[in-house]
Amino acid sequence: MKHYSAFAVAREALRYHTGWERAWRSPEPKKRYDVIIIGAGGHGLATAYYLGKNYGIQNVAVIEKGWLGGGNTGRNTTIIRSNYLQDPSAAIYEKARGLYEDLSQDLNYNVMFSPRGVMMLAQTQHEIRGYQRTAHANALQGVQTEWIGPDRVKQLVPIINIDGPRYPVLGALWQERGGTARHDAVAWGYARACSAMGMDIIQQCEVTGVRSQDGRVVGVDTTKGAIDCDKLGVMVAGHSGQLAEMAGFRLPLEAISLQALVSEPIKPCMDVVVMANTVHGYMSQSDKGEMVIGGGTDGFNNYTQRGSFHHIEETVRALVETFPMISRLKMLRQWGGIVDMTGDRSPILSKTPLGGCFINCGWGTGGFKAIPGSGWGMAQLMATGHSPLTEAFSLDRFKEGRFIDESVAAGVAH
Amino acid sequence: MLILNCPYCGVDAEETELAAGGEAHLKRFGPGSSDGDFHDYLFMRENPRGVHFERWRHVNGCGKWFHAARCTQSLEVFGTYSAQVTEPPKEIREAISAKRPGWTWREFE
Repeated sequence: MKHYSAFAVAREALRYHTGWERAWRSPEPKKRYDVIIIGAGGHGLATAYYLGKNYGIQNVAVIEKGWLGGGNTGRNTTIIRSNYLQDPSAAIYEKARGLYEDLSQDLNYNVMFSPRGVMMLAQTQHEIRGYQRTAHANALQGVQTEWIGPDRVKQLVPIINIDGPRYPVLGALWQERGGTARHDAVAWGYARACSAMGMDIIQQCEVTGVRSQDGRVVGVDTTKGAIDCDKLGVMVAGHSGQLAEMAGFRLPLEAISLQALVSEPIKPCMDVVVMANTVHGYMSQSDKGEMVIGGGTDGFNNYTQRGSFHHIEETVRALVETFPMISRLKMLRQWGGIVDMTGDRSPILSKTPLGGCFINCGWGTGGFKAIPGSGWGMAQLMATGHSPLTEAFSLDRFKEGRFIDESVAAGVAH
Repeated sequence: MLILNCPYCGVDAEETELAAGGEAHLKRFGPGSSDGDFHDYLFMRENPRGVHFERWRHVNGCGKWFHAARCTQSLEVFGTYSAQVTEPPKEIREAISAKRPGWTWREFE
């Protein structure tokens, strides 16, 4: 792998850009790997990367049905924050946020991490109490957040309407080191680094079955033939249920559609991420100038990667109320992704009833921000059998009643 | 946009008139049941990619609960039926079989 640098750009500029090589190889699968990861999205690739980097396990294949980063990694609104209420959540999301800070240097790939600040608006008395509580919890967890008043909100976001008739802005939970990153680049950067370590990323290869022997996984059947492995990691978000069925166990998940949209590009007008959870909308401005908008989920089980029209209207209506100047903007694109929701709205990072098989799923509406931390924890779990980061997120927590209840904590889809 | 016919008031209601109530025909396990059964009742859903039976409430209409059979992959609606049953009636199952031969669902099929 050739190193990316300012010097490399200058060198290639002088020779008509003929020297760039492909960022990752596209090999045919080998007969056997130490570890197979299903799903070449952010979580799968990050897990593979940290398996190689932290534990020296480099005989790894990452298998992907579609194309790399084409699932929820390429469909989210790229927000990165760690201002969660519960300790296990704050730990894994803050680990991820910390890793994002120098991920570009680590991967030698510009993931465009932009710690521009994330603001979660409080628009009811209930939310004020909730966010102040979160700010106090964050202080104890070592996550830097603060409660700010409406004046500071207006100062940070001049285009906001503080005095809305129905939902005035009463303050906000502010995480200064939260922000955004280029979501595709996160997947591409990890893929390139994995490939450079000798790992195989096999795209357009669908897993059709999981083979096991004496209660232990021994390999997978794919559209490119059978592949043996010692350990298997399933990280396929919306379709986790189908994979689990192949592996012979069930998951407490429901798949629903979440959608997002972007506007036409406009001049820079908002340099923070604003989330308005009461009215259900969040917005940030991309480097291209598009307003990136996310809203709520559909209320029903759904694998269509589309989402209902009326949610677009509800989201946009809420945001027009909050940011009156965007009322004449045209929306350019709209898309949906399938999110896998658990009962407590927290993810599952766990061993499974099938020996040697690990699962990483249930990130629901908020998986992108967690990619490096999730990969770090899953790699530790898969390599050593235990990780303090993932311990609380085990599959048996539902049976034991150890919920990590972020649906109440955040009061909204995250 | 999803349109379901309310079997009580007969209105073709679209999504904004309705509230989804999750998977239908759950077998309830309460006090005295095993931990495993209680866990499955609370958290384990079929979550199929295909035929799905579910509960809906005609919330901005007649206010009644009812059942629907729907495909989660194509959003095709196979039919709606009364809430006063513990499994889908014969005509609904036949309607599904006509369009999705070989479909399966927990204990009844």
